[in-house]
Amino acid sequence: MNRITQLFKEKKNNILSIYYTAGYPGLGDTVAIAEALQKAGADMLEIGFPYSDPVADGPVIQATSKQALDNGMDLNLLFEQLKELRKNVTIPVLLMGYVNPVLQYGVENFCKACAAVGIDGCIVPDLPMVEYEEFYKDAFLENGLSNIFLVTPQTSVERIHKIDGLSNGFIYLLSASATTGKNLEVSDTTTTYFSRIAEMNLNNPTLIGFGINSKETFNKACKYANGGIIGTAFVKALHAGYLEENISEFMKEFTS
Amino acid sequence: MSYFVNEKGYYGDFGGAYIPEMLYPNVEELRQNYLQIIGDADFQQEFHYLLKNYVGRPSPLYLAKRLSERYNANIFLKREDLNHTGAHKINNTIGQILLAERLGKKRIIAETGAGQHGVATATVCALRGLECVIYMGEIDIERQAPNVARMKMLGATVVSAVSGSKTLKDATNEAMRDWINNPVDTHYIIGSVVGPHPYPDMVSIFQSVISEETKRQLMEQTGNDQPDYVLACVGGGSNAMGMFYHFLDDEKVKLVAVEAAGKGVSSGHSAATTFLGKEGVLHGSRSILMQTADGQVIEPYSVSAGLDYPGIGPQHAHLFKVGRAEYVSITDEESLEAGLLCTRLEGIIPAIESAHAIAHLEKMKFTGGENVVVCLSGRGDKDLDTYSKYFGF
Ligand SMILES: Cc1ncc(COP(=O)(O)O)c(C=O)c1O
Repeated sequence: MNRITQLFKEKKNNILSIYYTAGYPGLGDTVAIAEALQKAGADMLEIGFPYSDPVADGPVIQATSKQALDNGMDLNLLFEQLKELRKNVTIPVLLMGYVNPVLQYGVENFCKACAAVGIDGCIVPDLPMVEYEEFYKDAFLENGLSNIFLVTPQTSVERIHKIDGLSNGFIYLLSASATTGKNLEVSDTTTTYFSRIAEMNLNNPTLIGFGINSKETFNKACKYANGGIIGTAFVKALHAGYLEENISEFMKEFTS
Repeated sequence: MSYFVNEKGYYGDFGGAYIPEMLYPNVEELRQNYLQIIGDADFQQEFHYLLKNYVGRPSPLYLAKRLSERYNANIFLKREDLNHTGAHKINNTIGQILLAERLGKKRIIAETGAGQHGVATATVCALRGLECVIYMGEIDIERQAPNVARMKMLGATVVSAVSGSKTLKDATNEAMRDWINNPVDTHYIIGSVVGPHPYPDMVSIFQSVISEETKRQLMEQTGNDQPDYVLACVGGGSNAMGMFYHFLDDEKVKLVAVEAAGKGVSSGHSAATTFLGKEGVLHGSRSILMQTADGQVIEPYSVSAGLDYPGIGPQHAHLFKVGRAEYVSITDEESLEAGLLCTRLEGIIPAIESAHAIAHLEKMKFTGGENVVVCLSGRGDKDLDTYSKYFGF
């Protein structure tokens, strides 16, 4: 059983997953941030590998991606750095990024490299379900990787069931159809949508992401799903030279 | 061998719909409806009415006498520059606005490079009374100022894209982000044969009027609707696809697609995608794009804002790979010189984009008597600044 499945088996609520960009703020910070996050109480990590044209991202994550690329991050270097990941980090770790770098690395090679460094799953927002099924799924499963699909308020019930059938890990519920970094506004329509999903009795657990930036919004996410994912708010809190302090300070609000 | 899209949205190895889930409902809605809507008698009637009475079609096919003498062949110019708003782009925006209306959309977004597609979009939005937001790279806003003013006068909001190279690629990213954030009521009018399926197919259908008319006009003027060569410039590839469309299955007709070499293919300042690119995914489809070994998109360069794009549409990638069309490239200087030549020999100032296609004539060998059609995709008014600076007028 991979670490993601294990986590959701052991913990049903208040799961806190943190996204950050590999190679930001400093090129060599990737594993140090993972270790600090685990120490500060994160349940799961999503490490972003940067891409030049991140269409699903708002200005903050665009800027971290650009900085990481300018710093010299690429997939080869990331996998090199991640050889150190499992020395101390025991929580589940996913990689998140766009499909083109994966294609250039080679799907098989990418999946093998993930498995070799102890990555448990991937989130590739612009990889369509049909392509995944046809060309990626076998490589993912052979290497013990979960593929995480996104669901938005506009995703049809039929499609959610299909996604549930293909998922092995959890389903990533977007609070709204939005690029990353928009504030989560919990209106009647979002609560109806979250409740609708909660009532579908999906096989996979769910996490709510996009726009969680406070204890209050995190609690709302936990009310409707197994937990929440924080990205933009977290990377905004990182400042070179003060990573440990930044991270423990940031995490206090959510783990207290 | 099929040169057209299959039921999965692919041209050979290229195409598909590589989009985040947030865009899926909109793209899927289009996919399910576009062929039926376009095929509708009512749509066809309105589309052709507007092309004729609003755009001014058919655009002339003009036998350019002095260019013909110079190159020892019959050089025909397909005069898309004479369309309302000054380029082929309006063929597509008329089609898409009628489609958007039938899908009940209230708000239109678009990206633009040279500003021609932005103007063509702002124009149809004014025509139909729809809200219009245009994304344009900061650098293009500077080098295509007249078109920015036109869009504003037409009532569009022009948003400056300040990420990346601040040109067409980044304007496209911003438009996609807008669409993600406005999932209901908004239609994205993509300006070329790029983007997720069904966009490349849909845009090529709207632009195919170019070759449809050309065939008819060639028959009238020469008694033969099969030219020997057809040339067009390629940014994303929409005027070229419109120019090639009805000739694709006629293998006797040689198709030539002209890319922008910028300062030279190997100079590091180029937009010659088929020379410099590899297979990959950009803006929702699998195609050929300029990228690093790590899959990061390389910033392209061309003097021509409309050709300053690191990819080509998936159908072009297919035509290139299977060898149905020849892909060549022309430098900044060659294109500017060809623009002046066309102006001095024919009294027609071409857009710098179109001048790339004309410039390739210089490199071709003719024996005399060949019929050659060059797509004059747009007029050069927007480029006078660039021409003036280069030639010191
Ligand atoms: C006059 C003209 N020609 C060509 C192009 C390139 O686009 P495409 O390759 O889609 O025809 C543009 C784009 O702005 C243009 O304005």
